[in-house]
Amino acid sequence: MYEKITGEDPYKMPMKIYPAVHYTMGGVWVDYNLETNVPGLFATGECNFSDHGANRLGASALMQGLADGYFVLPYTIGTFLSKEITTPKFNPDSEEFIEAAKNVENQIQRLMNIKGSQSAESFHRRLGKIMWDYCGMARNAEGLKKGRQMIRELREEFYKDLYVPGSDKEYNPELEKAIRVADFLELGELMMVDALERNESCGGHFREEYATPEGEAMRDDANYACVFAWEWDENNPKLYREDLKFENVELKTRSYK
Amino acid sequence: MSADMKLTLKVWRQKNNKDTGSFETYQVNANEHMSFLEMLDVLNEDLVRQKKEPVAFEHDCREGICGTCSMVINGQPHGPMNATTTCQLHMRHFKNGDIIVVEPFRAKAFPVIKDLVVDRSAFDRIIQAGGYISVNTGQAPDGNAIPIEKNIAGKSFEAAACIGCGACVAACPNGSAMLFTSAKVAHLGLLPQGKVESDRRTKAMVAQMDKEGFGMCSNIGACEAECPKEIKLENIAFLNRSYFKAVFGGVEE
Amino acid sequence: MSLTGLFLILFLVIHLIGNLQLLKDDGGEAFNVYAYFMTHNPLIKFVSIGLYFFIILHAVAGLWIAYQNKAAKGSRYAVSHRHGTSWASNNMALLGTLILAFIFLHLGDFWYKMKFTDQLNMVSYESHPVAVKDLYERVATAFSELGIVIAYLMGMVVLGFHLWHGFQSAFQTLGLNHVKYTPLIKTVGKIYAVIIPAAFALIPVYFYLFLR
Ligand code: HEM
Ligand code: SF4
Ligand code: FES
Repeated sequence: MYEKITGEDPYKMPMKIYPAVHYTMGGVWVDYNLETNVPGLFATGECNFSDHGANRLGASALMQGLADGYFVLPYTIGTFLSKEITTPKFNPDSEEFIEAAKNVENQIQRLMNIKGSQSAESFHRRLGKIMWDYCGMARNAEGLKKGRQMIRELREEFYKDLYVPGSDKEYNPELEKAIRVADFLELGELMMVDALERNESCGGHFREEYATPEGEAMRDDANYACVFAWEWDENNPKLYREDLKFENVELKTRSYK
Repeated sequence: MSADMKLTLKVWRQKNNKDTGSFETYQVNANEHMSFLEMLDVLNEDLVRQKKEPVAFEHDCREGICGTCSMVINGQPHGPMNATTTCQLHMRHFKNGDIIVVEPFRAKAFPVIKDLVVDRSAFDRIIQAGGYISVNTGQAPDGNAIPIEKNIAGKSFEAAACIGCGACVAACPNGSAMLFTSAKVAHLGLLPQGKVESDRRTKAMVAQMDKEGFGMCSNIGACEAECPKEIKLENIAFLNRSYFKAVFGGVEE
Repeated sequence: MSLTGLFLILFLVIHLIGNLQLLKDDGGEAFNVYAYFMTHNPLIKFVSIGLYFFIILHAVAGLWIAYQNKAAKGSRYAVSHRHGTSWASNNMALLGTLILAFIFLHLGDFWYKMKFTDQLNMVSYESHPVAVKDLYERVATAFSELGIVIAYLMGMVVLGFHLWHGFQSAFQTLGLNHVKYTPLIKTVGKIYAVIIPAAFALIPVYFYLFLR
């Protein structure tokens, strides 16, 4: 596989290795039944935040898919549905439906009508670079503030200069990408905000300011033994703290020494 | 160290399913370390800059496991490298100055949606027709409660490697989906857990496959040669065997 | 397809064994007696009706499948680089049609004349109670013409290609696949595809070269 990608035989040529972000911790908030805050909407497998903490180890994606599917959903979905059996079919002409459809339609029209000059792909790449530079494996408060500002500027530019070719009435991967990038621009900013808010180093989140003299991650369990969940707002995303309670185990610092 | 290359691409452009479609010629500056899809990204960036419509192609994982990156490159599904998807195909396998012809997968059951994108949902319907397998959920089963012979587990595992890309159909002069369907039937049917519903599943999947308008298998073997996951023809024999067993030996529902 | 194909494969062996008697140096006695037997034994008559039926069934089903498969492909590639397949496997319908044409030629030459006309002379042998038609002579006459000999040779080449793919294909279609036996089946199939048509082809060549 390495040879396929790089064209070099690792048996003969030393492998080129570079540290990179393997995984971003976090995901959609769910309760113990894997139900999101939208009743009846379950988020299972990798997309939810539940089964991994600050660290995600190899193969946990598979584990989470299997565990959620085999052991959790068979109980929880049934429980949910058992109460829904008398609920009539939803009416697609209801106000809520129409409003939701209109919101999506508005967003599509908004993107189509910018008619600027840059592709969604180019914005995506620039966003990725900002994330990499300021919200990468090691972050610090200064960088995160700067990064957040840069994303906000990029978002502004996105809504001024995006160009979506084609039409919204047919298969249009460029439009699809633009809709996603619009979301990524918000999610990226949230990640910056989140990382800035968490004044400790913990697992995949390494804040340069919070390190032991040996350069190891320094946790602050007194203040941050909690989960952050965010509600999006253009200027002031709202934080929900959920404390982590450990009943059977005691929090310790892991040491590889 | 990394050589730049100038390429001429002849790409199939087709606005939608009703359009007849034709080839367009483009010049691209690529680099030998790019993947084929990255090279197409470069082309598309150029096109967007010129306010032209970029070439529509499907892609997702870009690491050879999702099976979306379907296209025929110089007459071969997923290009010239064996056991390689388009996203894992790198430009170093081409030469500076090459003319590369890129077409969509062609089969009646895979109608073109746009340019290189075809509708492969027929595959989803075949899988759906297969239905469920009975397993006990809710509790962790004891490890090794059901003994499975190593070599059977291996064969099932190999069949399960099928990523549903459709290269087999694209390669087959009959537009047959037997390799795909056989991989799906075999990876379940070989295992004790999958044997329970095997007859019903095999019949239903074959019936759906025929209904979708795929051609019939005449054992040519082009599918096996082009499959990026090296699914073996042996699975087709397994499917035939299971099918005969289901039709002639199965218990009527 | 596979069952009719395998039946035809079996038939070819029997047919060949019978025909090889033509090479016996007895002025055609063994062959003519055999031909009489083949046209008069009720069991053989019954089987031969099955044979005609299977040939037609095989041809009709094969062409129908080929036609449907062409339709299932829809459009064709501008550039096609098919690899890992045999030429024969891609051209079974063409090869089959050529075989069919050959079969008509062949039946018209011998079978029709033997069964439905009185063009053949009668010969008597001490070993046989009644006089029999001299099919041997008819064969010898036919194979003294270069054109017919060439047509037969080409027919056998075509048959060889058809079987090169067909033999193992039939087993695969029936789901008869096994780690141990499949390589054997493939090898036997290839040997069969060469030996049987070659042995058939030997007959006209032998007649043309040595018995003209
Ligand atoms: C002595 C004569 C013949 C023999 C021994 C023979 C034998 C076979 C065999 C064993 C197969 C493979 C079957 C399978 O894979 O299921 C086959 C396939 C085929 N044959 Fe023949 N055949 C003969 C004559 C013909 C004729 C006269 C035609 C048509 C006009 C024909 C057309 C085909 C076609 C189209 C296929 C491929 C179809 C498929 O595999 O689905 N054959 N043949
Ligand atoms: S059998 Fe191979 S070529 Fe066919 S869909 Fe599966 S992975 Fe793709
Ligand atoms: S993009 Fe997923 S297999 Fe190629």
